[in-house]
Amino acid sequence: MEPSTLALFWAGGIAVSILVYVLLDGFDLGVGILFGTTRDEAKRARMMASIAPFWDGNETWLVVIGASLFAAFPAVYVVFLGAFYLPVLVMLLGLILRGVAFEFRYRAERSRGLWDRGFFVGSLLATFVQGAAIGAMMRGIPVENGQFAGTSLDWLHPFPVLTGVGLVLGYALLGASWLVLKTDGTLRDWAYARIPYLLAGVVIVLGLAFATAVTVDLTGDLQRGGHQIAGWALIFPLVAAAALLGVGVAARARLDRLPFALTAVSFIAAFATLATMMWPYMIPYALTIADAAAPEASLRFFFYAGIVVLPVIAAYTIGVYWVFRGKVGRG
Amino acid sequence: MEFDPVILSRIQFGFVISFHIIFPAFTIGLAAWLATIEGMRLFTGNPIYRRIFDFWLKVFAVSFGMGVVTGIVMAFQFGTNWGVLAERTGSIQGPLLGYEAFTAFMLEASFFGVMLLGRDRVSPGFYLFACCMVSFGTMLSSFWILANNSWMQVPLGHEIVDGKIIPADWREIVLGPVMMVRWPHMLLAAFLTTAMCISATGAWYMLRRVHYAEAQVMLHWGLGLAAVLIPVQLFFGHLTGLYVLKHQPAKFAAIEARWQTEQPAAEVLLAWPDAARQDNRFALEIPKLGSFIASGNWSAKEIGLEAFPAEDRPPVLIPFFGFRVMVGMGLIMLAVSWLGNLLRHFGRLESTRWFLWGTFLSFPAGFVAILAGWYTAEVGRQPWVVYGLLRTADAVTPSLTTSDVMISLLAYALVYAAFVSFGIWYIYKLLREGPAGPALAIPGATASRPLAYADDAASATGAAERG
Ligand code: HDD
Ligand code: HEM
Ligand code: HEM
Repeated sequence: MEPSTLALFWAGGIAVSILVYVLLDGFDLGVGILFGTTRDEAKRARMMASIAPFWDGNETWLVVIGASLFAAFPAVYVVFLGAFYLPVLVMLLGLILRGVAFEFRYRAERSRGLWDRGFFVGSLLATFVQGAAIGAMMRGIPVENGQFAGTSLDWLHPFPVLTGVGLVLGYALLGASWLVLKTDGTLRDWAYARIPYLLAGVVIVLGLAFATAVTVDLTGDLQRGGHQIAGWALIFPLVAAAALLGVGVAARARLDRLPFALTAVSFIAAFATLATMMWPYMIPYALTIADAAAPEASLRFFFYAGIVVLPVIAAYTIGVYWVFRGKVGRG
Repeated sequence: MEFDPVILSRIQFGFVISFHIIFPAFTIGLAAWLATIEGMRLFTGNPIYRRIFDFWLKVFAVSFGMGVVTGIVMAFQFGTNWGVLAERTGSIQGPLLGYEAFTAFMLEASFFGVMLLGRDRVSPGFYLFACCMVSFGTMLSSFWILANNSWMQVPLGHEIVDGKIIPADWREIVLGPVMMVRWPHMLLAAFLTTAMCISATGAWYMLRRVHYAEAQVMLHWGLGLAAVLIPVQLFFGHLTGLYVLKHQPAKFAAIEARWQTEQPAAEVLLAWPDAARQDNRFALEIPKLGSFIASGNWSAKEIGLEAFPAEDRPPVLIPFFGFRVMVGMGLIMLAVSWLGNLLRHFGRLESTRWFLWGTFLSFPAGFVAILAGWYTAEVGRQPWVVYGLLRTADAVTPSLTTSDVMISLLAYALVYAAFVSFGIWYIYKLLREGPAGPALAIPGATASRPLAYADDAASATGAAERG
């Protein structure tokens, strides 16, 4: 069955939203993770300031994804949230924890330490479960009668755990490059110093994940996905690898803008790799775009919302980044 | 009671949405109030309106922020806990809830930012326009939610294909007759809630002898608004009752605690409904009034719960008391607002301390009424989740185990209780401080960070400004 044009419109819209979400919330979650690795209040305050105008708007994209999935692909929404019941719970609580900690920490005097820890832990948990969900999706999700047919701990497996750790390091890398881009002085030096380690970490964990995939995890499904990366699609993993290499070089040369741009490129290329592995599935290897799409009447009704609102949110996002462009001043 | 994923998911949904609704109920009304006050300021040029506006704007921002934080969880519940519901009705509920989410973003992405940060950057006329648009946006948000819930109460405009419930006529789904009475009932409820809070805040300052001028404006406006709105609300409540009678007779019987079919039917004012005995204990009844309320004549036959198969009967206790609490709160609002206006007419409003105390203490009346009303509507709908189409017991995600839901319920309970209390605490502190200086611009704040206004003195980003 071929997906309809409207189904493709929504699949494309959702894919772009996921990518935007990963890049944007990725750096602020990463900054949150790095935040937990220093006790220096001056650094912490400047880290917060570097993401203050952006982080909440970044999370908007997560709700866009959720709302669009439910409206356009209810079957995917249901299976995904059923399969990741506990991770989604952890992620939502992590995001709440972070959001509240962010705004309340300055007001607090005695409870400052608590909010600080909340900010770090919230960022870490939300990131880990996102990474684990990617890994678990790649291993395939059992579906029966349109519902998830497994248990709530199925996702807890060596491969997803590794992808979870990988994403923690990846977001931290994105966060460090963001700090390099947006700050100067000691904090920038500090961030520069962390980039090589984070890079090495990402590469090692990805290698381990690959090794697990071919040894422990011979589920066949993963390999079925792997086979799809034939020919031209191999360009994506190659671009990802080259971009990561470039991050190292740029950090060495201390070119402030490049590490962030190149880390973003590697994320985009990794995303494209995953997308080609999964195509045409939305839930590997059970539901395709055409299977999962809502009836045309629903897609069309919601199309009017999408065509107006998505560009507005995009414009708003760009506007906020434009207004707060440049380095964050030292207070 | 045996715990299973269904009952735990029901408790969880009821728990998180009960916390959520506290904030939207308040912000829908506050947004309209802010637009009104800003309009007054523009119209009269009186600086007192500016002080009042700046003060409530901070309260609005924090409350809006808490609404967003608590609302995000709601949107995911349909997939996590109500998988079968979401799968079978997703093509209807998905777009409706999607429209609500997108409405909210439109709001954040457009006029809310102007309202929070743009006072000095746009013309006064445009600023007022932005306030009106924010108010319109919150109403639109409630419109989509109510459209969705009304469809679940009385499904219309759908067809069933291969076991899936799919849309056939969006107009009927969105603008059905039920929606047309329930949405105004909810909007008025939100306005009344806010009017009571504003009056109570004014009374509080009066009693403490601070902010006299502002307190007077709040009292006059709040009580005046409530006095006008409450009769309209009682009328819409009546219309809502008629829809229940027509479309959900079992719920109506539960609200009336009418176990047996009666002719003529009595109206039970108060009682302790006893499900085991299928009867009321300690009943205080008025003969024949039940027939009159439902059918307009004194001798009509009114059906009781016995007329429905046992598996189609809703619980009685919660709808029965929920309804009476809601109506009771309505009567309290009526009494407070009308008495207040009477006192004002005789120039004794500001000096009648017992009345000020009464007004101050009735600040939760709106919240209580809203929760009680929703409990009546939602529990009375049981055992159906989509009335007549899908049972609640069949709607839960099949892969969930009892321990999964137990974990999530405990986690939500802890986190919500902690954070919502913090949020309410900050709102309380803002209210206690009262109108002081103008709302300061917060560095790094955007429309998507309203919680930053929990403290406008030492802001979340106070340590580092953009240089
Ligand atoms: C869009 C739909 C929608 C909306 C606007 C609301 N609800 Fe609801 N509610 C549901 C959709 C729903 C539901 C998903 O359909 C539930 C879950 C199980 C059920 O039977 O209905 C439910 C159950 C449910 C229950 C448990 C009832 C039971 O299982 O016996 C309570 C107490 C509430 N809700 C309370 C509220 C409150 C206080 C609301 C006000 C904001 C509210 N609901 C709005
Ligand atoms: C199942 C029920 C509900 C769901 C799924 C839900 C979902 C949400 C979500 C996701 C948000 C945050 C939006 C954002 O990120 O900005 C939100 C906020 C809000 N909700 Fe709810 N909500 C529900 C019930 C209600 C009800 C019953 C009302 C009022 C009648 C309401 C009115 C609002 C308002 C006014 C806001 C804040 C302003 C806004 O962001 O639109 N919601 N809700
Ligand atoms: C004489 C007074 C009133 C009557 C007869 C009345 C009637 C009703 C009825 C029958 C319902 C259940 C609707 C359903 O099952 O779907 C309801 C729900 C509700 N009521 Fe009232 N009501 C009255 C006053 C009030 C007041 C004063 C408030 C708040 C200020 C209020 C707020 C609500 C809310 C929030 C709901 C739930 C939403 C809904 O179902 O529409 N009501 N009301």
